[in-house]
Amino acid sequence: MGRKLLLDKINVEGIRHYDVYRKEGGYRSVEKALKMQPNDIVEEVKKSGLRGRGGAGFPTGMKWSFLAKPDGVPRYLVCNADESEPGTFKDRFLMEFIPHILIEGMIVASFALGSNTSYIYIRGEYDWITDILEQAIKEANDNGWLGKNIQGSGFDCQMYVQRGAGAYICGEETALIESLEGKRGNPRIKPPFPAIKGLWDCPTVVNNVETLAAVVPILNEGGDAYAKIGVGRSTGTKLISACGNINKPGIYEIDMTISVEEFIYSDEYCGGIPNGKKLKACIPGGSSVPILPANLLLTTAKGEKRLMNYESLSDGGFATGSMMGSGGFIVLDEDQCIVKHTYTLARFYRHESCGQCSPCREGTGWMEKILLAIESGKGKMSDIDLLWDIQRKIEGNTICPLGDAAAWPVAAAIRHFRDEFEWHVNNPEKCLTENFGLRHYADPVYVAES
Amino acid sequence: MIQFNETTILKVNEIIARYPEGKQKSALLPVLHLAQVEFGGWLAVPVMDYVAQLLQIEPIEVYEVASFYSMYNLKPVGKYVFEVCQTGPCMLNGSDNIIDYIKSTLNINVGETTTDGMFTLKTVECLGACGYAPMMQLGKTYREHLTKEKVDSIIETCRSKAN
Amino acid sequence: MSEEIKTMKVTIDNITIDVAPGTTILQAARQIGGDVTPPAMCYYSKLEGSGGKCRTCLVEVAAGSTADPRPMPKLVASCRTGVMDGMIVKNMTSEKVPEARAGVVEFLLLNHPLDCPICDQAGECHLQDLGYDHGKEGTRYQFARRTFKKEDIGPFIQLHMTRCILCYRCTYVANQLTDNRVHGVVDRGDHAAISTYISKAIDNEFSGNMIDVCPVGALTDKTFRFKNRVWFTKPVDAHRNCKTPGCCGKTTLWMRGSEVFRVTARKDTWGEVQSFDGKPGWICNTCRFETKNAESWTIEGLTTISRHSVIGVNKYKTLDMPKETTKAVMNGVEPKLLMDIHNISEVNKPGVHLSDIKGPAHSTNFKKQ
Ligand SMILES: Cc1cc2nc3c(=O)[nH]c(=O)nc-3n(C[C@H](O)[C@H](O)[C@H](O)COP(=O)(O)O)c2cc1C
Ligand code: SF4
Ligand code: SF4
Ligand code: FES
Ligand code: FES
Repeated sequence: MGRKLLLDKINVEGIRHYDVYRKEGGYRSVEKALKMQPNDIVEEVKKSGLRGRGGAGFPTGMKWSFLAKPDGVPRYLVCNADESEPGTFKDRFLMEFIPHILIEGMIVASFALGSNTSYIYIRGEYDWITDILEQAIKEANDNGWLGKNIQGSGFDCQMYVQRGAGAYICGEETALIESLEGKRGNPRIKPPFPAIKGLWDCPTVVNNVETLAAVVPILNEGGDAYAKIGVGRSTGTKLISACGNINKPGIYEIDMTISVEEFIYSDEYCGGIPNGKKLKACIPGGSSVPILPANLLLTTAKGEKRLMNYESLSDGGFATGSMMGSGGFIVLDEDQCIVKHTYTLARFYRHESCGQCSPCREGTGWMEKILLAIESGKGKMSDIDLLWDIQRKIEGNTICPLGDAAAWPVAAAIRHFRDEFEWHVNNPEKCLTENFGLRHYADPVYVAES
Repeated sequence: MIQFNETTILKVNEIIARYPEGKQKSALLPVLHLAQVEFGGWLAVPVMDYVAQLLQIEPIEVYEVASFYSMYNLKPVGKYVFEVCQTGPCMLNGSDNIIDYIKSTLNINVGETTTDGMFTLKTVECLGACGYAPMMQLGKTYREHLTKEKVDSIIETCRSKAN
Repeated sequence: MSEEIKTMKVTIDNITIDVAPGTTILQAARQIGGDVTPPAMCYYSKLEGSGGKCRTCLVEVAAGSTADPRPMPKLVASCRTGVMDGMIVKNMTSEKVPEARAGVVEFLLLNHPLDCPICDQAGECHLQDLGYDHGKEGTRYQFARRTFKKEDIGPFIQLHMTRCILCYRCTYVANQLTDNRVHGVVDRGDHAAISTYISKAIDNEFSGNMIDVCPVGALTDKTFRFKNRVWFTKPVDAHRNCKTPGCCGKTTLWMRGSEVFRVTARKDTWGEVQSFDGKPGWICNTCRFETKNAESWTIEGLTTISRHSVIGVNKYKTLDMPKETTKAVMNGVEPKLLMDIHNISEVNKPGVHLSDIKGPAHSTNFKKQ
């Protein structure tokens, strides 16, 4: 069983509340941090090799060191708790059950960055979690961890929760900032980056919930010790939210050395596919990353066992690999229809496009319509190529990565499951009642038995 | 006249104080949430105009924002709004069946409200509960691992609470 | 450190130019001029914050700078990307740009009604020009086009949302030129729309400038609506001593005979409002909508329209005429409402070039033939 750093205390009764959390060693990292130089904290985070857990995997220490520090201008730390990528529900788990770890990490980060005010931007639907966070912030305030001159250090640290109101795009950091300013969630055109001009045009760092929580064990154990967990540039532990057709959906903290196969089939994790069905495909890192058929999921094109980490999941590039993304692990069993699943994702991205730039605004809706046509037996063979062409014209040509996020799932579905699309076109009646199943696999050996 | 009650006014002032001087527009999203709760579950134009006046911004700035975010209702809704997720992971776990079941049980289509003004059915996109699918949002919280029986009992509870 | 202003060297389509720091690729390309310049549907140099949205101005950066000569991984919006010293940009010479741009044009036209025959903007529409220059023939869109309800926004300006390409320019005008913005962008994604939400009248001395910045026929002059086609009228430069603070009083009058049909701001090569003494020549609503008698104006002479556009047809001999048939321009759709203008109009008879006529054109000029 792997090391747990974030969820090791999750089963302690009452860990949601300050007293228990503190008794279990909570807020030690703040005590330690307040005795350090802010820059040394940044160095410690750099040493840890921590990569952003929000999806892009950008090294956190490096991001912090980019923050501009002009005199007389406030700096802001913003926690990205918008969590809206389909398949992702890990941040919610941390905030709901162990909210103080986020607050603790944010205090350390605020001190390291010199930010006296920080905001947690949480998706509006997590209404009850907002209450939990506000309660935890109140407890931290009451115990001198937040407010003016915290723990007598001379450092002021205010923290607020801001609820969004239903918009996936507000997970994109500049859209989040716009939304926090009370505007529409239109992503900004970069540069300037938030590190230079962010919230109210002040230098701002935006980090994911899990990233900020991970700062706690990094300070407690030291950056080097943290970096020793995992492999290569995938250091520390990662929360995976597993869902779809598996026996045990939920949140798992993994150290990034286990194989995908173990993750799916072992009882410690997903516990295999329900009802003795076979694995068909999987989206390993949230709906935006490429879907992989079972064979390529479990083994890389080179024939190596694929591991649950940044490097291994992206091995083979988009041709034969995928991405770690946000850690939203979506499993599809043999009875699922790839076309239909891809359609629901296309509908999602059309619904969530902010509408600012033309390729995304127009292209997402077009793809959705074509996918629905194919799915309902009204597609033409040329539609498949058309889809491919549309996604190619969106990808890379938009203001923010939502365009790419909308293009990649469609591209990967056609890349790996073109025969299933063609079957829909050729069997307009049959595809309404029947499923294509596992006919993709000329060599069924690759499909692991549960 | 449209006006928040006193406790809400205090809450609004507390929210505005979270931001630097002159950045009170930042309070727009939280204040619209408060307004929606206080003024019947949706945002009528006079309500939005009131919020604009409260935050000293132009009404169009409120309309722009209110119409952008999917949680704000710009039309009246029923007392209970079932917002059922239909995105990929929920679909894999049978959200379609749940939506169909609610439709036939309440005898309404997606986007409609029952004639007694009690229930509105909406389909929504991923709510971050994919592992607990199928699911829906009902008011402040989520209802997860939905089955037909669960839907029945939710409807039952809502009805008895309303009486 | 030396005090002199440094310049930056940038190469666009193999042409090198020195520009001031802070110049964007698009501005640098405009300094070079000609085909090197990417089309811009949303950027407007006189409106702060504009650009970046339509993606028609995408270019390839083959080398970022002398210091870091790596190419940029994606095409960039030239209107919002600053040049670096030693940057190498490919516009028309790029292998990727024309295809990406054709894609953008297709996206922009996807839900566009293509109602050019009944659109007041026809003849001076930037989307028409874009379609000619960078689009591909025929549409691959097989679904019903999006439509919007008509919205009344007051006595002077007509909003035809279906034609809007969401360039946001008009909202910047409202923010930057008028006191109280009453219109904006409502809804999101493919439903996003320019609207006042409550059908309020847009009433402000400078609101009319929205019409001039709108690249398509989404915002048009109600006082001109359907009165005439742009190409039947003849543009002349004129000015008056306007008392409205902020109004430059310099305009283009669109005349037929001695009748003033329409008043607009004067436009530059890029279709933007011309600058006078370094300031954008915005005009007030009094000049635009309420000063339609020729006597109120001092006419300076014929307007030089340098922009390649349908307005130029029959007026400027030197211009390249579009060679495509109407059907091709309209993506394969047969024109329904187009009529042979010679049947119904005295003007624009073949063989008479407007630019040869001194002063405003009149039907007698054509009858003489
Ligand atoms: C469309 C879109 C949606 C995103 N949604 C989220 C999100 O819900 N949560 C999140 O933490 N990051 C999200 N991101 C990534 C953020 O832009 C940003 O990279 C991240 O918050 C940085 O934090 P990190 O470095 O700690 O990962 C999203 C990005 C895009 C383009
Ligand atoms: S890519 Fe989509 S979501 Fe991102 S800015 Fe453009 S329209 Fe908005
Ligand atoms: S109405 Fe015209 S100016 Fe305004 S956004 Fe639409 S196209 Fe642009
Ligand atoms: S897909 Fe339904 S909650 Fe995520
Ligand atoms: S002109 Fe540059 S993106 Fe529109």
